[in-house]
Amino acid sequence: MAERKQAGEGAQGAARPAPAAPSRRRFLGRMAGTACGAALAGLGVGLYARSAAPLAPHALRPPGALAEPDFLAACVRCGLCVRDCPFDTLRLAALGDPAATPGTPYFVAREIPCEMCEPIHCVEACPTGALDPALTDIDAACMGLAVVLDQETCLAFQGLRCEVCFNVCPVQGEAITLAQRHNPRTGQHAQFVPVVHSAACTGCGKCEHACITEEAAIKVLPLALARGDLGEHYRFGLDEKARAGGSLLAPDEQHRYHLPEGVDYRLDAGGLRPRGEPAAAPYGDDPLDTLNRGLEGGDG
Amino acid sequence: MARQARPGLRMTRERGWWPAHRFLLLRRLTQASVLGLFLLGPLAGLWVVKGNLASSLTLGVLPLTDPYLLLQSLAAGHAVGLTAWVGALIVLGAYLLLGGRVYCAWVCPLNVVTDSAAWLRRRLGITHSARFSRATRYWLLAATLVLALATGSLAWEWVNPVSIVFRSLVFGLGLAWGVIVALFLFDLLVARRGWCSHLCPMGAFYSLPGHLSLLRVNAAGRARCDDCMDCYAVCPEPQVIAPALKPRGEDAGVVIRSAQCTNCARCIDVCSQDVFAFGSRFVATEPTRDRHKREIAP
Repeated sequence: MAERKQAGEGAQGAARPAPAAPSRRRFLGRMAGTACGAALAGLGVGLYARSAAPLAPHALRPPGALAEPDFLAACVRCGLCVRDCPFDTLRLAALGDPAATPGTPYFVAREIPCEMCEPIHCVEACPTGALDPALTDIDAACMGLAVVLDQETCLAFQGLRCEVCFNVCPVQGEAITLAQRHNPRTGQHAQFVPVVHSAACTGCGKCEHACITEEAAIKVLPLALARGDLGEHYRFGLDEKARAGGSLLAPDEQHRYHLPEGVDYRLDAGGLRPRGEPAAAPYGDDPLDTLNRGLEGGDG
Repeated sequence: MARQARPGLRMTRERGWWPAHRFLLLRRLTQASVLGLFLLGPLAGLWVVKGNLASSLTLGVLPLTDPYLLLQSLAAGHAVGLTAWVGALIVLGAYLLLGGRVYCAWVCPLNVVTDSAAWLRRRLGITHSARFSRATRYWLLAATLVLALATGSLAWEWVNPVSIVFRSLVFGLGLAWGVIVALFLFDLLVARRGWCSHLCPMGAFYSLPGHLSLLRVNAAGRARCDDCMDCYAVCPEPQVIAPALKPRGEDAGVVIRSAQCTNCARCIDVCSQDVFAFGSRFVATEPTRDRHKREIAP
């Protein structure tokens, strides 16, 4: 009877009229066994899927792809995006491909970057919305984020005028700009270093593809890996000041130096000067002024 | 239940090879054509059909989507796009007409693999088989949907051999040959008709519309049955035959109503007595003797 209780009680409930026949007991036992087997198989598959989920860092999803967890719920692995990609950029991960979940689309920027078609063929081909149909402006795509990963091999940081990544960028002048900086090595030249702006970078990968070094110094990484987040609480004082049209705290005060009596400090006029002496700027904005003054001095 | 090594041998001897294999060949032709249409694009540049069985686009206008995948995606929490809904409804409508598990017998790429394993099993006389319930597939079907819900992803599609194999045949094999070999060996050595008739949750899903589907095999000529057992030996789901072929009462229906019947029509092929035929699920159950007479003398 104890045995029957174990096998039948849960499924049958309390109000069972007659004792269970052995065949029914066997049936319930077998059914429970089958259910447990299926549940165990499900658990195994679930754990495997969990452990196999991460997208390799060099694999990028097509434009408009939902965030990775949502994408894995939405993509039915049909490959229609891959078929409609005119540049063979996209590929479908085969079974055993370590780059991405089997059957899902991805591309490798260093091999074939996204050519940023408009209309966006892959997005239009997607039947399920795994590639968000709301994305119609390819410049708004966020496939990843370019990062100048290795400044020691990036030619621009050595003071060479490479600028290939800047020139191939489809969102030129917005996603990558060249920042002019002093070249401390030579002491007298400039460096024009690439700076990526995350708000404009689409992650198309053309920069990584075009980078002329053996291993690309600039690489497109998945957003989850590359993008920082300032935090909601953080405010830049200068931005807030500009937005408010003035200081939000006490009114700005002129900075005061602790100077000897009777002396002024003028940044724009040669530093320390006896107070009251008219400030004669040594160098004005117009270089001719300087030259003319020199000539005057020579005459006098 | 006796399991002949070569069901259909009598039919072949009496009527020839072709009549004894006509539906088998037709099925292989259909399966090959489905695959061929998908391969025509990548191999010959003729894009009749794009995608794979999960979701496809035919001639640029007709979307078809696997409703089982759509269901998993919904369970995983994705609001599936309209195109996929339309495609899934078309597919579901087709299988409501043709029989749910027509997918299994006429489309699925693994059918060739498991049929071959079953054939070799018969020829080699392998009789031992792991025994587990044919209802396991429904538990697995439920498990795959719970899994999608729990993980928020199409977790089953990581391992689903049916979609893996077809996709791999169309998009590049990868390690999918391993899946094919594993299933073949499982069906050959571990369990008779183990995958398709016991475990496959995809088949379980497609059996659901089969409860209502129009096209059915019937045993209208059951009066002629001479108990050779060939149909039982060749059928992947032999339990579906008896209720129509050997009913308790004379007036019981001749239509094989079980949703597990895949409409593979091998029973029609191998039966030398012409017991079985395709018909609608509404084939009237006439007194068998009258029907027998009328068929013989039209």
